[in-house]
Amino acid sequence: MRDALTLAGNRAVLTRANPLAKFAAVFLITLVLALSIDWMSASVALACELLVFPLAGLTFSLLWQRGWPLILAAAVGGWSTSILSPDSGRILLDVGIWSVSEGSLQLGLGFLLRGLAIALPAVLLMSCTDPTDLADALAQKARLPHRFVLGTLAALRLVGLMAEEWQTIGMARRARGVGSRGNPWQRMRATLGQSFGLLVQAIRRATRLAVTMEARGFGGASRTWARVSTFSVLDVWVVLGGVLIAAGAVAAALWAGTWNMVWLEGT
Amino acid sequence: MPGQDDAGVRPAAVTARGWGWRHAGRTKPAVHALDLDIRPGERVMLLGPSGAGKSTLLHALAGVLGDNDADDAGTPDRDDADESGELFIDGAPPRSRRGRAGLMQQDPETQVVLSRLGDDVAFGAENLSVPREEIWRRVHEALDDVGLSHLPLTHPTSALSGGQKQRLALAGILAMRPGLILLDEPTANLDPDGVLEVRDAVGRCLDKTGATLVVVEHRVAAWKDLVDRIVVLQPGSASDGAVLIDGTPDEVLEQARGMLIAAGVWVPGYVPETRRRSATGAPPSSGHSTGQLLLAAEKLSVSRERPRRRGFRPVPPEPVLRDVTAQVRAGEALTVTGPNGAGKSTFALTLAGLLPPVDGRVSATVELSGGAGIDPYKWRAEQLIARIGTVFQEPEHQFVTGRVLDELQFGPRHLGHGEERVDELLERLRLTHLVDANPYTLSGGEKRRLSVATVLAAHPQVLVLDEPTFGQDANTWAELASFLSELLDAGTAVVSVTHDEEFTQVLGGTELRLGSGLGNNAPGPAEPTPEQAAT
Repeated sequence: MRDALTLAGNRAVLTRANPLAKFAAVFLITLVLALSIDWMSASVALACELLVFPLAGLTFSLLWQRGWPLILAAAVGGWSTSILSPDSGRILLDVGIWSVSEGSLQLGLGFLLRGLAIALPAVLLMSCTDPTDLADALAQKARLPHRFVLGTLAALRLVGLMAEEWQTIGMARRARGVGSRGNPWQRMRATLGQSFGLLVQAIRRATRLAVTMEARGFGGASRTWARVSTFSVLDVWVVLGGVLIAAGAVAAALWAGTWNMVWLEGT
Repeated sequence: MPGQDDAGVRPAAVTARGWGWRHAGRTKPAVHALDLDIRPGERVMLLGPSGAGKSTLLHALAGVLGDNDADDAGTPDRDDADESGELFIDGAPPRSRRGRAGLMQQDPETQVVLSRLGDDVAFGAENLSVPREEIWRRVHEALDDVGLSHLPLTHPTSALSGGQKQRLALAGILAMRPGLILLDEPTANLDPDGVLEVRDAVGRCLDKTGATLVVVEHRVAAWKDLVDRIVVLQPGSASDGAVLIDGTPDEVLEQARGMLIAAGVWVPGYVPETRRRSATGAPPSSGHSTGQLLLAAEKLSVSRERPRRRGFRPVPPEPVLRDVTAQVRAGEALTVTGPNGAGKSTFALTLAGLLPPVDGRVSATVELSGGAGIDPYKWRAEQLIARIGTVFQEPEHQFVTGRVLDELQFGPRHLGHGEERVDELLERLRLTHLVDANPYTLSGGEKRRLSVATVLAAHPQVLVLDEPTFGQDANTWAELASFLSELLDAGTAVVSVTHDEEFTQVLGGTELRLGSGLGNNAPGPAEPTPEQAAT
């Protein structure tokens, strides 16, 4: 859990890009994919994203480890769309109230691909962006208030600690006779109690951390930055890459005649 | 290190004139009528019973007391806290002197702000608007001074040990170039090696910068030679001034010895009186044990990590400790020792049925299990507490109610029997006057006593304690050691994880010394060396 928050050992080229540039590229791709539900634009974007993956230091097994809930969600979404959407074209499968036709399968496939194409850039962004660099960029380049940004960053570090604390509190409570096993009602009560314990500890930790930060002079109106957040030529390429993928997806869909604006659905 | 120009550090002077502070919502002041002068460069240790306001004074000097808005310092705060008299650093209120004082607190985890080593050291200097090139110069120098310069600046701070985290905090303070260094029990949460590590780093940095030091510590022996003055404070309710005694370490420890011992201070050369084990108990390391076997670990490998899911295939975690064999017997103590990171606590938690073994097994004999099955991890929570009781290092983790009495009755109520034992425990562990208090509001020693009492209320045959004496004052220590020796005589098995040699001696029994522990990368399976005297 703690490791998930650092990029230990990742030397890929995209780790050196400015987080804001990466964010802009991801935003562009997501925006285009949110506009249309067709399989063509989604598969073009997805193919391009998979090509970019090595640049973020990701491998397929790492991707599966970090992104499997999203991938699974996309698959389930695609499947249920194929079953439930109105049939058109040849019927491929018919089991009682569930039926899959060519048209609904196409829609479902589009849904699946689009889900993946939207989810993957987010996984990619998180995999090659250090939270500290992101905070630097947000405060120095995007001009967000530094007290807010650095406070959030420090809190984020505590999240990793909380994961360990959760496990410890769970054990400590079992040692008091509070079981986390049993029927769903007992489990829910146990989880509630454990959450309360965690909340108390979180508040204590946060209070002490706040004192530490204040004692180190945090909270003044101005500060200097030990790390400079800069834009480089690499960032131009990153944004350009985002524009190309987005434009390519739209162009391919228009060329194939599948472009299908969400809000024009049904007309 | 040598040759650096340290003209930047100007030692600070501290003056208090009738200074007092009452926390919001309290009736008694934490500090009352304090008169104190600390000359630039002086090194002062503050002692006194809990409630004497030592931490309050340090927080005030660090400028972090009360309201966050600094403009109305010196006047009563909006949240009803109350300040009286004057407290100055270099003749001005501490709040107006941002960066003149640096504060280190007790809990290493909350002394780290950022996730990379270099960034964390730079944090304070950044806040003081130090120019960038100068910041990095200071970062390198500070890391050098605290002995962490062998690590890369990008080293993850989460991978540091407790002692290293405290030294990192010291580096972060040094990079601010403060004239006053404030340490609030900086080594209370550390093992003996960590204590020396931090103490020596502090000593080196003071010798180099000449900064003024104010330290609050219970471990007088470790810090005595580093300071040149001890000030003993008394609780704020006292009608006369806050300072009870003030002088050189030797004078004060001589004059106030009795009073300090009574207050639970660890005075050098004094080991608190404890109850001896009665002769019927098995003599330590005599080689033959008589107690009934209750619980055994066979070739046990342990880890806190759960099996990782790589796709659909579960991968077992890498054990922190392998192939440990140990036996727990009625009326006998088993002490688990070894360096930090050796996996002592993880071993104890696995033995106590709270973590599943990675490999090997924990088995309870029929005498202990009473039909509940051989594997304690598989027992239901109620079955577990009536057989094996575990006291965690941090008492707060185990509080499940909002009242001391409810805490104690919690176990017996779940079991449906044993409530009559509660009064006896209240009495024995001096908690009777606190029955209606909220457990979270108790003092450190009271919390520890309560956490032991709550676990014992379920009447377990095996008691497992994780660092029970960590950060405890001498009085609580002695009470705890005596109480456990009584339990042992009564036939309870006591397993304790500890760094505390004197404590180990009082309990006697068998010592299980675990590995040289650099954690996961154990080269061979024979890394831990269990010196378990199996019968």
